[in-house]
Amino acid sequence: MTGLTFLIPIALGMGAMGLAVFFWAMKHGQFEDLDGAAQRILIDDEEDGA
Amino acid sequence: MDGRAETEMNAPIGIVADRTSDFVDTRLTAPGIRCAGCIGKIERELSGVEGVDSVRVNFSAKRVAIVHDPEVDEDQLIAALREIGFDAAPIADNPLGNDDAESRKLLRALAVAGFGMMNIMLLSVSIWSGASGATRELFHWLSALIALPVIAYAGMPFFTSALMALRYRRTNMDVPISIGVLLATGLSLYETATGGGHAYFESAVMLLFVLLSGRALDASMRNRTRAGIGALLGSMGKSASVLAPNGSTSRVPANELEPGMLVLVAAGEALAADGEIEEGSGAIDNSMLTGESTPENVTKGSTVHAGAINLSTPLRIRLTKTVSDTAIAEIARLMDEAGQSRSRYVRIADRASRLYAPAVHTLSLLAFVGWMIAGAGWHQSLIIAIAVLIITCPCAMGLAVPAAQVVASGALLKQGLLVKDGSALERLAECDTALFDKTGTLTLGEPRPDLSNLDAGERSIALALAQSSRHPLSRGLTEALHDCAVPPAALEDVREIEGHGVTGIWKGGEVALERPSHTAAAMSVNLRVGDISHLVRFEDTLRDDACETIAAMRALGLEPRILSGDRSDAVRTVADELGLESDAGATPQKKLQALELLKQQGRNPLMVGDGLNDAPALAAAHASIAPGSASDVSQQAADAVFIGRKLMPVALAIKVSRKTMRIVRQNLGFSVLYNVCAVPLALFGFVTPLIAAIAMSISSLVVVANSLRLARSARVPGA
Repeated sequence: MTGLTFLIPIALGMGAMGLAVFFWAMKHGQFEDLDGAAQRILIDDEEDGA
Repeated sequence: MDGRAETEMNAPIGIVADRTSDFVDTRLTAPGIRCAGCIGKIERELSGVEGVDSVRVNFSAKRVAIVHDPEVDEDQLIAALREIGFDAAPIADNPLGNDDAESRKLLRALAVAGFGMMNIMLLSVSIWSGASGATRELFHWLSALIALPVIAYAGMPFFTSALMALRYRRTNMDVPISIGVLLATGLSLYETATGGGHAYFESAVMLLFVLLSGRALDASMRNRTRAGIGALLGSMGKSASVLAPNGSTSRVPANELEPGMLVLVAAGEALAADGEIEEGSGAIDNSMLTGESTPENVTKGSTVHAGAINLSTPLRIRLTKTVSDTAIAEIARLMDEAGQSRSRYVRIADRASRLYAPAVHTLSLLAFVGWMIAGAGWHQSLIIAIAVLIITCPCAMGLAVPAAQVVASGALLKQGLLVKDGSALERLAECDTALFDKTGTLTLGEPRPDLSNLDAGERSIALALAQSSRHPLSRGLTEALHDCAVPPAALEDVREIEGHGVTGIWKGGEVALERPSHTAAAMSVNLRVGDISHLVRFEDTLRDDACETIAAMRALGLEPRILSGDRSDAVRTVADELGLESDAGATPQKKLQALELLKQQGRNPLMVGDGLNDAPALAAAHASIAPGSASDVSQQAADAVFIGRKLMPVALAIKVSRKTMRIVRQNLGFSVLYNVCAVPLALFGFVTPLIAAIAMSISSLVVVANSLRLARSARVPGA
């Protein structure tokens, strides 16, 4: 039973962390341009020597 | 690309404002962004422009965000983009795009509900597998601790909507949902406090999660298509260059223009108000207003209307009517009135819930009364009544409609058709008559040249000349010659003489693309190479698949006909070619009357059109579709917008929307069947939290799986 005193807070904490990351990602526009990221890998950077 | 843009892959550039505080942020829409090459080209080339700090392309929204020196103004940036081949426009205040905030709120609520559901489920599973005594009590309290804030946050969208409905003495889907969730939470709290065995926290949160996914799907569908349409909206006639008496010009927004102002309208610019030409002569394109594709010649003293595009030399125009007095504003008023019938349309989910909510509430009340009479005691009776509410809570029903509609609209999007919302899909499915505008709808709305009398050498000269001009005929010529893969000839000293044509030097001799001396054929240019000249005629051709689309519409049981504002001989040519009945010379009012007549006959007309003159008809029709090249107003009035050169998406829209409604009805039917099976269990007190949770997930999964069948529905056979 004593295990629960650790395990439950850990489980809740990990869930809350995921939630926090999702909120952060949304606030910082990570979902603004979903198709763009897929296209960008095709850009050839070496063309202009960058 | 600079290093910073690399590291902050998706961050909007504006957030680094602390370092670039003396820079300003400009956002432009560029609908021409189609591939990785475009992103690379814009970001590379524009970063090289003097005064530009950084550039970031948003591919999904077809927008470019530019951080630049305040000295560089918007017009210069647009010009720079045009130079590398992209038409750009400032982002207008788009009345369609305001629900972004709402969908973010739903997503956040969904994330919170998801978090709560997983954790409570974790605790509930151990209770179901036999935890008892102190452990069970601890787990119940923990569940309550998680559930209460989660329900308060994630339930907000439902509670506020239900309150709103009740305040107006109406009921909607959210009323039974809110009552169910609140009662389940209240009962569970009571059970927890008294050490009882059955707490329904996981059911309450799961219900919210499933329903929120339905709402979030619905919102994301609206956003996706509205962003697409927003990118297409241009800056047509939203401002004008006003000439001050001292000769200086300033940009004035359309709603601040006043009669008596003198404005300068550049070639290719749209008029923002009605007026009279004071200086200059040439041709204007009035197709947005009248639907007629032939340019109209104007000269000093001619009256011109807002929405017309100046095709030739700059014109000085004395404004006579502005803002709400213009011909366009009159059309907007017609549109407002015409659109009212549509706002009265009741969506299928609401129709279902009007029957459903009273039935469920009565049943639950009867269960309570019945068990009280049977002598079960008020606690037991209440538990059973609430179990009835929970098991019948419209979980599958809340998903039945949005899941099917989102999958269908995604499938249509791939075929180039943007459907604005679920209600549009429902109305499209009910259409039984189709009315087509001609110019820009059945035809491409852009002049295509007849190249048969030019040889390869002449074609390459024509291309070299045409590509340096922005006149509509030159653009049509450039596009057609690009299609035949002609290389442009090497010309020197290419100059555009406004209102006359383009000239250049080829192998020492003069070549020119100019207005024909005799003005008999309005849509033609003269290609002159040395002393030899060729007349190139232009025609507004039918879309390639117009015939097949008409046939497909007939196969779907819709009788198509033409309703156009163009001259009757022009309309008849097209009508004969397609084998359709036609009405020509229809004014916006006449188009409205034609639709009203059809409605009185009990038909549901579909209107397909692009011009401003179609906008009232688009708003009045039972459902409407506009091409992506249509005027802004028409795109906003229409339920769906199709992109590209094909007309087939129109027929596809009807086909898919009908299939969608079939799936939606199946989903609703399944929900009813599920309730018929589950309610007796609840009525006789056999439902435990475990059974409620399992039944709820299974019914939701079945509905989603059934809806996914629509993903393949929009495939064109053989494509």
